[in-house]
Amino acid sequence: MAERGHDSASYAAASDIEEMELVHPKTFIGKYIWSQDAKVIAIQYAITATAIGLVALVLSILIRLQLGFPNAFSLVDPSNYLQYVTMHGMIMVVYLLTALLLGGFGNYLIPLMCGARDMVFPYLNMLSYWFYLASVLILVASFFVPGGPSGGGWTLYPPQVISQGTPGVDGGILLMLVSLSVFIIGFTMGGLNYVVTVLQARTRGMTLMRLPLTVWGIFMATVMALLAFPALLVAVLMTICDLLLGTSFFMPEMQTLGEQSSHEGGSPLLFQHLFWFFGHPEVYIVALPAFGIVSDLLATHARKNIFGYRMMVWAIIIIGVLSFIVWAHHMFVSGMNPYFGFLFATTTLIIAVPTAIKVYNWVLTLWRGNIHLSVPMLFAIGFLFTFVNGGLSGLFLGNVTVDVPLSDTYFVVGHFHMVMAVAPILVIFGAIYHWYPKVTGRMLDDRLGKVHFWVTFLGTYVIYFPMHFMGFAGVPRRYYAYGETAFIPDSVVTMNSVITVAAIIVSLAQVLFLFNLAWSYFRGRESGPNPWQATTLEWQTEHTPPRHGNFGDELPVVHRWAYDYSVPGAERDFIPQTVPHEGEERR
Amino acid sequence: MIISLVFLSLLMALFGGWLFSHSINVRPWEVPGGALGERPAAVTAPRVGLAVFLAVATSLFALTISAYMMRMEMGADWRSLPTPGLLWFNTALLVLGSLALQRAWGAARHGRRGELGIGLIAGGACSIAFVLGQGLVWWQLEAAGHYLAANPANAFFYLLTALHGLHLLGGLVVWARTLFRFRGGATPERLCGSVELCALYWHYLLVVWGILFMLVLST
Repeated sequence: MAERGHDSASYAAASDIEEMELVHPKTFIGKYIWSQDAKVIAIQYAITATAIGLVALVLSILIRLQLGFPNAFSLVDPSNYLQYVTMHGMIMVVYLLTALLLGGFGNYLIPLMCGARDMVFPYLNMLSYWFYLASVLILVASFFVPGGPSGGGWTLYPPQVISQGTPGVDGGILLMLVSLSVFIIGFTMGGLNYVVTVLQARTRGMTLMRLPLTVWGIFMATVMALLAFPALLVAVLMTICDLLLGTSFFMPEMQTLGEQSSHEGGSPLLFQHLFWFFGHPEVYIVALPAFGIVSDLLATHARKNIFGYRMMVWAIIIIGVLSFIVWAHHMFVSGMNPYFGFLFATTTLIIAVPTAIKVYNWVLTLWRGNIHLSVPMLFAIGFLFTFVNGGLSGLFLGNVTVDVPLSDTYFVVGHFHMVMAVAPILVIFGAIYHWYPKVTGRMLDDRLGKVHFWVTFLGTYVIYFPMHFMGFAGVPRRYYAYGETAFIPDSVVTMNSVITVAAIIVSLAQVLFLFNLAWSYFRGRESGPNPWQATTLEWQTEHTPPRHGNFGDELPVVHRWAYDYSVPGAERDFIPQTVPHEGEERR
Repeated sequence: MIISLVFLSLLMALFGGWLFSHSINVRPWEVPGGALGERPAAVTAPRVGLAVFLAVATSLFALTISAYMMRMEMGADWRSLPTPGLLWFNTALLVLGSLALQRAWGAARHGRRGELGIGLIAGGACSIAFVLGQGLVWWQLEAAGHYLAANPANAFFYLLTALHGLHLLGGLVVWARTLFRFRGGATPERLCGSVELCALYWHYLLVVWGILFMLVLST
């Protein structure tokens, strides 16, 4: 095929872009509460997600206090323990990570990085946030109903979740199911916006292959979420029918507390298929935005173009597609045809290929770069370590024969916290340190940031690394207390105490971070428009923080890709995307 | 899950092909040449938005149908539901609704206000009649003892018709807004976009209903 000039790809007509009518409210409520400005909506998402995330953090400390010092505190009873584990998992995965990465970073960065004035459907975008807030409030309400919140596990497995005796079966479980439905409806509204904005509202010159990888990551994650969340919605709606209306979609014939249940013939396995058809892509819905963001952090702070940009884009796409055909690896112990097990183990291991390509490319981006060990960079490098560690233990669990004995042990807890909790959270922290100056116009404090990084990074290793060994020793997860169990050695008991102390220290470091966010908002050093000397469009806005409409009277025109760092012969070590090439006319 | 996977592979193949055509031989780091192109005028944000939403809705229906097939095989308790004759009548109503909105779309494009109004009202009326008809089918089934919880075949029938009905009700909200604007004196040109989205959405829901109806008839 003939070489094609980069600019021959299709563009939005400038006239199309200018047509976007923005609502400019005058009142405080219109500007900051019922706002249709994607940047304000992003902040609303971020604050709500952080608030509910803090609840989940406190729950995790309660869980850890019980595990580390089983007889010292009487804060939780066995039912509470299951409820806190359930709520911690569900909040962290759905209400914090998904909402913050897509609703928070997606809303803030997509229009700015694409060169758009706002999202394409601002009203829908506003509704999306209010649905999200409603879903959070419904979930929080479940703490206050009789019987408390759901204790059926974040995976919502029937028949457990519907059976009498499960904590929260009186109301908490129903509230969680309703909350999830509302969340999914809200997310669909937001997701439509993110996808259509990337496709339709890019400014002149911003071709697909000039988009920063952050946008690619969020875009693909949104596409996946739009296709995967319906699986959860179907599963949730059918569970609600089983719970309230007595249908038997998932509920088999059972005897509960000596009584015959009214259900018959339902299949719990059917639920597992639907749940994991959503659940596995969900891992990548969280991971892909993190992959995208970390690529931009590494390139900017190493002053070097990203290695293998096109490979990185295609790796994002391939990971996204493959993640839809690996779901049954979560069900190896549920029982399945051995050939299916083989098939799903194979697809699972194949995902390692594009993922490894990404890791190599990140490392090669750092190779001979002019590495600035700024706080965002520290978090980005921390992510690389954590992600590789968590990813490698995933290779263990992807193999059926290794997964079966390790299933339901602390090895699994260690694995998914490394790869899905700590790794994306490190990126989120890095991203906040990176973009906070654009959001507020002030820098976050560097010393506090470094303390925050080192305590968080090293602390999480103290927490999760030993869990792998505990898993090898056969320590089962989800247990309230181990008592005098013969096969659990004393070293595990000691280790549990160490982990708990580390978890408390890491949590305190997050308080430091919150203090930094608040203090720097008022007292932080002024950042200027482009403190990291970055190339992408959000750093080239007329005002910092950008006003409603993002750019001045005219939208920027893009002349180059997002990674022109340390270009030989250039005056400075970065060239913004808006600067024309030599000899090229400014359009 | 085969049905869901086939749908997803088709979608991903389309997406991949489109992306391939935009990225093959494109070297973003090089100095560009050539003139600035324009995006095809037919590809507007509302149209793309509708297409993305239809993909999401298709995912929802494909997964529900997958669950239907799997549940049918998994439990030995499946007893097929008799098909009320009223469903044929309802189907005819939905076809008429779709045709009327298609007519309205044509009228809006050519600026024929009177015909647009008739098409809009007829389309909406047929759809409301369809929803009421589906309610009547539920009532008939209940009266004949085919309760929701009695059998998974019944439960799936109620679930599928409810999901389809809810999507149609969502469409009717947009339809009502369009009708309101029409009555407020908006010109056919200004309404054309909304009427077009309604018509396309109704055609989609007709196809979905056709598939669901065939599924119920054949199992």
